[in-house]
Amino acid sequence: MSANAPELRDPAWSRRVGIALAAVVIAWPLLVASEFRPWVLVGSDSGHAAMRFVASFFPPAASTEFLRMLARETWITVAIATSGLTLAFVLALPLTLVATSTMSISALGRNRMPAAPFAVRQAARWTSVLLRSIPELVFALLFVRVVGLGPTSGVLAIGLAYGGMLAKVFAEIIESTDRSTSHLLLANGASRLQAFLYGVLPQAASELVSYLVYRWECAIRASVIMGFVGAGGLGQRMDESMKMFNGGETATMLIVFVLLVFIADLVSAFLRRRLA
Amino acid sequence: MSAAPSGPIIAPPRQRLGDWAMIAAVAGLVVASFVTLDIQWAALFAPDSLSKMGEFVAGFVPPDLGGPFLRKVAAAAFETFAMSLVGTALAAVLGLALALPASHRTTGGGITAVREAARLVLNVLRSIPELVWAAMLVIAAGLGPFPGTLALTFHTAGVLGRLFADALENTAPHPANALRENGSSAAAAFLYAKLPQAAPQFLSYALYRWENNIRAATVLGVVGAGGLGQLLYFHMSLFHFQQVATVLGAMLVLVALVDGLSFAARRRLTR
Repeated sequence: MSANAPELRDPAWSRRVGIALAAVVIAWPLLVASEFRPWVLVGSDSGHAAMRFVASFFPPAASTEFLRMLARETWITVAIATSGLTLAFVLALPLTLVATSTMSISALGRNRMPAAPFAVRQAARWTSVLLRSIPELVFALLFVRVVGLGPTSGVLAIGLAYGGMLAKVFAEIIESTDRSTSHLLLANGASRLQAFLYGVLPQAASELVSYLVYRWECAIRASVIMGFVGAGGLGQRMDESMKMFNGGETATMLIVFVLLVFIADLVSAFLRRRLA
Repeated sequence: MSAAPSGPIIAPPRQRLGDWAMIAAVAGLVVASFVTLDIQWAALFAPDSLSKMGEFVAGFVPPDLGGPFLRKVAAAAFETFAMSLVGTALAAVLGLALALPASHRTTGGGITAVREAARLVLNVLRSIPELVWAAMLVIAAGLGPFPGTLALTFHTAGVLGRLFADALENTAPHPANALRENGSSAAAAFLYAKLPQAAPQFLSYALYRWENNIRAATVLGVVGAGGLGQLLYFHMSLFHFQQVATVLGAMLVLVALVDGLSFAARRRLTR
């Protein structure tokens, strides 16, 4: 090697080694806590049982009777999502109207709202935050305990969890509209509802509806998942078939589920394009 | 002098038949949903149901804050935290491994069949939700956090792989081409030209999925996949609502904590 060749040394090696060591030190307890033991998948009895289960996926079940049942359950899943979202919308609308400051009469002409209206707004905001931060699956578990197995708990769970979500996002969309129109209307004596209908809605309507449609797509996925805790529909049947190690039925249901989500995607994209 | 304009300044939107058909279809779907579902409105709006609901909600307070139970919740919360972090990290590795064949520019442009096959695998991984993966993996790996971790890994690998592949395809091709034309190996061209361009996006996507996964990880336990969800399911089945309240509180705290950590990491890493 000639004397003036560049020195072949990584200038950052100490940092690299340090980061690698730190990663190992952090990863170790995490791997222990998550009981990361991949070999149980291949070695143990449960591994063999799983192999047999997966092998029985083929051929997927396709008897007429089974398919008819599946069509019924798929409709129930869609219906749970649609009804739940309708309920969520009904719940979110008043929460949104209370939570947004865009249509506040008391805030007109000053920087801060008086204490009482401010407290009411904050209460509505926190209600929606609380509803939104509890996963819909937990709501479903609760309602299954209260109203029993079946679609009612699924509808209520989506209604509450998505109600909070819609209220929060609707409020954000409305807050981001240009306030001059609604303030002008309010200052000239329009009612809150008039200000909303003529000052806010024309600006925000397409975004609001687009978000609602997007949530419908999510609700379909959620309603399948909630079936696993007994809220009816496709998920509940899938859970039953899996527990009975019926691979053929499980495979068909997975295919139907993927198709359902795909179609919901298409419908949602179509509606949103039409509304944009 | 022209006449003053009469009528509205802005023309009202044109109404099309298709719009009305669409609205009618949506309304029909909503009505059909409510009609066909066997919703127990009667049970819900019975005179005593409000007081029953009140009793039910009152059962949550006070949350169980006893020492032994809090320790149990803390252990479960750490398990959930570990599941989310390990799951996301493994998903990033698996996702990147699948993103390489799924991004056409790194496969040289000609090999579209490989790209399509890799994209199909990613789509299948992604379209099955975490909870369904968990329900299946619990059968294979037994109860506990491990199937939950794997469930997060599989679903997230599908999501991240797709995002990574798109990010790789969107990098500028010139640096890699320059290296290749000057005799670098494909691996060197990827490491020194592609990866540095896409790495900030990779990190940002991985952190975003981590925030999603902590939410998913808290509930995976209801199918037996460990962590807070399993504790929640156990106490909910026994109608121990004071303990349920504590677990729910722990879930909210954990989610907020991970959001904070992710925000801090994003600020530090993607500056």
